[in-house]
Amino acid sequence: MPDGAPIAPSPQGLLRFLTCGSVDDGKSTLIGRLLHESAAIHTDQMETLRRDSQRFGTTGEEIDFSLLLDGLEDERQQRITIDVAYRFFSTPRRSFIVADTPGHEQYTRNMATGASTADLAVLLVDARKGVLVQTRRHALIASLLGIRQIVLAVNKLDLVDFDRATFERIAHDFAAFAGPLGFAAVTAIPISARFGDNVTASSPRLPWYSGPTLLGHLESVELGDAAAAPFRFPVQWVNRPNLDFRGFAGTVAAGSIAVGDPLLAMGSDRSTRVKEIVTFDGNLDRAGPGDAVTLTVADEIDVSRGDLLVDPAARAEYADQFAAHLIWFQDEHLVPGRSYWLKLGAKTVLASVTTLKHRIDINTGGHDAARTLELNEIGFCNLSTNAPIAFDPYAKSHETGAFILIDRYTNETAGAGMIAFALHRASNIEWQALTIGPGERARQKGQQSAILWFTGLSGAGKSTIANRLDRKLHELGRHTMLLDGDNVRHGLNRDLGFTDTDRVENIRRAAEVARLMGEAGLIVITAFISPFRADRRMAREIASPHAFLEVFVDTPLEECQRRDPKGLYARAVAGAIPNFTGIDSPYEAPEDAELRLETVGADADALADRIIDELRQRHIIG
Amino acid sequence: MTLAADILINAARQKPLPADLRQLENEAIGILREAAAEFSRPVLMYSVGKDSSVLLHLALKAFHPAKPPFPVLHIDTTWKFREMIAFRDATAKRVGIDLIVHTNQEGLARGINPIASGSALHTQVMKTEALKQALDQHGFDAAFGGARRDEEKSRAKERIFSIRGAGHMWNPRAQRPELWHLFNTRLRPGETMRVFPLSNWTELDVWRYIEHEGIEVVPLYFARERPVVQRGGTWIMVDDDRLPLEPGETPEIRRVRFRTLGCYPLSGAMESGAATIADIIAELRGAGVSERQGRLIDSDGEASMERKKREGYF
Ligand SMILES: Nc1nc2c(ncn2[C@@H]2O[C@H](COP(=O)(O)OP(=O)(O)O)[C@@H](O)[C@H]2O)c(=O)[nH]1
Repeated sequence: MPDGAPIAPSPQGLLRFLTCGSVDDGKSTLIGRLLHESAAIHTDQMETLRRDSQRFGTTGEEIDFSLLLDGLEDERQQRITIDVAYRFFSTPRRSFIVADTPGHEQYTRNMATGASTADLAVLLVDARKGVLVQTRRHALIASLLGIRQIVLAVNKLDLVDFDRATFERIAHDFAAFAGPLGFAAVTAIPISARFGDNVTASSPRLPWYSGPTLLGHLESVELGDAAAAPFRFPVQWVNRPNLDFRGFAGTVAAGSIAVGDPLLAMGSDRSTRVKEIVTFDGNLDRAGPGDAVTLTVADEIDVSRGDLLVDPAARAEYADQFAAHLIWFQDEHLVPGRSYWLKLGAKTVLASVTTLKHRIDINTGGHDAARTLELNEIGFCNLSTNAPIAFDPYAKSHETGAFILIDRYTNETAGAGMIAFALHRASNIEWQALTIGPGERARQKGQQSAILWFTGLSGAGKSTIANRLDRKLHELGRHTMLLDGDNVRHGLNRDLGFTDTDRVENIRRAAEVARLMGEAGLIVITAFISPFRADRRMAREIASPHAFLEVFVDTPLEECQRRDPKGLYARAVAGAIPNFTGIDSPYEAPEDAELRLETVGADADALADRIIDELRQRHIIG
Repeated sequence: MTLAADILINAARQKPLPADLRQLENEAIGILREAAAEFSRPVLMYSVGKDSSVLLHLALKAFHPAKPPFPVLHIDTTWKFREMIAFRDATAKRVGIDLIVHTNQEGLARGINPIASGSALHTQVMKTEALKQALDQHGFDAAFGGARRDEEKSRAKERIFSIRGAGHMWNPRAQRPELWHLFNTRLRPGETMRVFPLSNWTELDVWRYIEHEGIEVVPLYFARERPVVQRGGTWIMVDDDRLPLEPGETPEIRRVRFRTLGCYPLSGAMESGAATIADIIAELRGAGVSERQGRLIDSDGEASMERKKREGYF
């Protein structure tokens, strides 16, 4: 890449690749050199680099290319990279985007992020150390994320006297390990990043090596032909500037389409034909993978954001349950049963993990039994969504087979998933149509069904107030039912303990039972500590369409501890009861409960009467 | 020129866009559409520079034949080059887009300016504070910016959808991982998003794209004879009579151009013969100086850009 080369036509387009290696394998040095030798580094940056090399460098008098890359202040001080950084360089043949991901143990999440958009991964190994546990881990993650092209860059060859046998042994070790991972190609290349041997130009010090240089390989590697896949088009935006134009804007996720081709909208199963492929630069005859276009169609069909348009001859999956690999990103562990937002293409739905089948040991590829996933862990699980969605297995189409999970309370991106296959069990169990309509049973009782969901600390007064309320309503001739947490745990939920996962299941079952009782036309009163907001929200969703009133029995912890009717706090403080709410497990107070009852200095009957007033106001009882 | 006329010109263009630029264009359009669909009140930050010109052009493409479903916001410090303001107004009129111009009136009343107050305070009050004021006043929940990851080391890790907490603070630890093209756009009250569709473009990509698409940019990018004085190793243009000359300093006419544009007393020009886009591209390819070199606000300290970002600078 001589300076002043003609304007790069980049005939090969963009190649996105990922670099990974263990700390000190020379990743930063390698990228720094690639940037330098492709003239992506400007003279003023070189000047700073020269100065920095003297001050912080590890290479003596020479330039330390690794210093070019460190980004954020605190990382620079620690001299480790802790996030994904993107770098850019180009040659007359191709433009490159490098996702630079750290080799640090706990950063699976960064590598997965970088890998999700990469066409190729460069795995770095130190020639003196050979294939390490980390190398295997990187290869495994690359394979899970569907990267087909692997380059094994055997670095620091200068430190093993450019020994051929060492290189070949490492290449062989890796090939043996990577065989089952399903890569399309694994290419081993010997280099010295520090001295530049075989990075961009072949080296006289490697006379025995006749393959391409690292850059030569990156410039010429062929990627698969994405245009051959079946057509997939997630509708991102419905474009309706006036009554005469209605177009579906989006990016072709896979395959290609031409004017006149048939199209099918997954879900509604309505089909039509492509009328125009509209762009600002004029209409096109055809659009292929990655093209951001706007389609107009021949028939009026109801399509909105999040819908998937497909080739009718090769439909996508459509289901509300599927199996997927899931990578966990949040400090808070995965809670099976809890609902998260799931975003796939332009579609967002609610979803929960119904079964965690196993956790993957990323060092060995082995499967471990697990009840949850912690930060940076990968598992294989079944998920269920609150409505059917259209998708493909990730192996067939990345863009329509990948999803993220979002924590509904913190909005953090909690995890990322790759769908393996659809589960069609749900469609075998048809909903039994109820011949007595919704609300009829309650009307017969002269009331509306409702669920009064009490929440509060142990000893707050939930059961006391709930019992008074139950009795009063009964005396008013109302039809009620009381579900008390302690009692339910003796029967329906006696198999459950107090781990987070079991607590979620406890609430889920209680909410389902409450819902059934609601369908029977009852006013259901439940008294469960239900400490987590997310779970109460789940209960509310399960219980819909009945009126749902969250009743926060608000008693300060000190007061509960003072009351301690069952002596539980004393035991918990002594360490005899683990995971006790308020002691070593949190209580997340409601922020928007329909009713908040402060019990200190109040009378239980008066509080029960307040609830009855509220029920009258809401016309649940007359 | 009307949109239709724009299309005619585009259709007349011979050369198809090179594959890498087409990929970058597609990606940016996808990002613009996603943000427009997910946020209730987005706005496009328009700095009048070349990146903003590209961003605006992409916004016209993304929503065609509709107009972009958001207004354009310019933070006017009152110290921009006169040519920038003229270009801004002409562009808004030509494109027919809703332009909001905001100036920090309070800062103006306090007499904040780049000369007496210094670049750091001026930038803080007239740019950073002004931007926050404008976003808050109009209730914008997302703002598109033309920033790129190649501009500076600390930007290499910036997200495409970059979340800002209350007070528009940027917290590097709160940024969300971005996988595939799936962006988590959820906000809590008080939070806003900055969205950078050009994240993966380089300076060279921007110029190549401008050339291919025939996008108009402010003439200050092209070498012309301009009245300048030399200060701190760079050329400062005497754009109006507000720039106090130091004793013995007289403006001279030099052939200069700008690589980045901002407030004229803070924007260094370089001597250059590059009078066309093709010249600029050739100059860039010959390596040279990084574009931030001409931005005086960065020279305050090594990691100063990152600190500014934490304070809410774009
Ligand atoms: N001898 C030799 N040293 C190297 C080579 N590549 C990198 N290094 C040195 O290895 C150390 C770690 O390199 P760095 O690029 O920071 O590693 P990273 O942690 O993978 O980014 C530095 O002191 C480099 O100068 C090489 O090919 N040969």
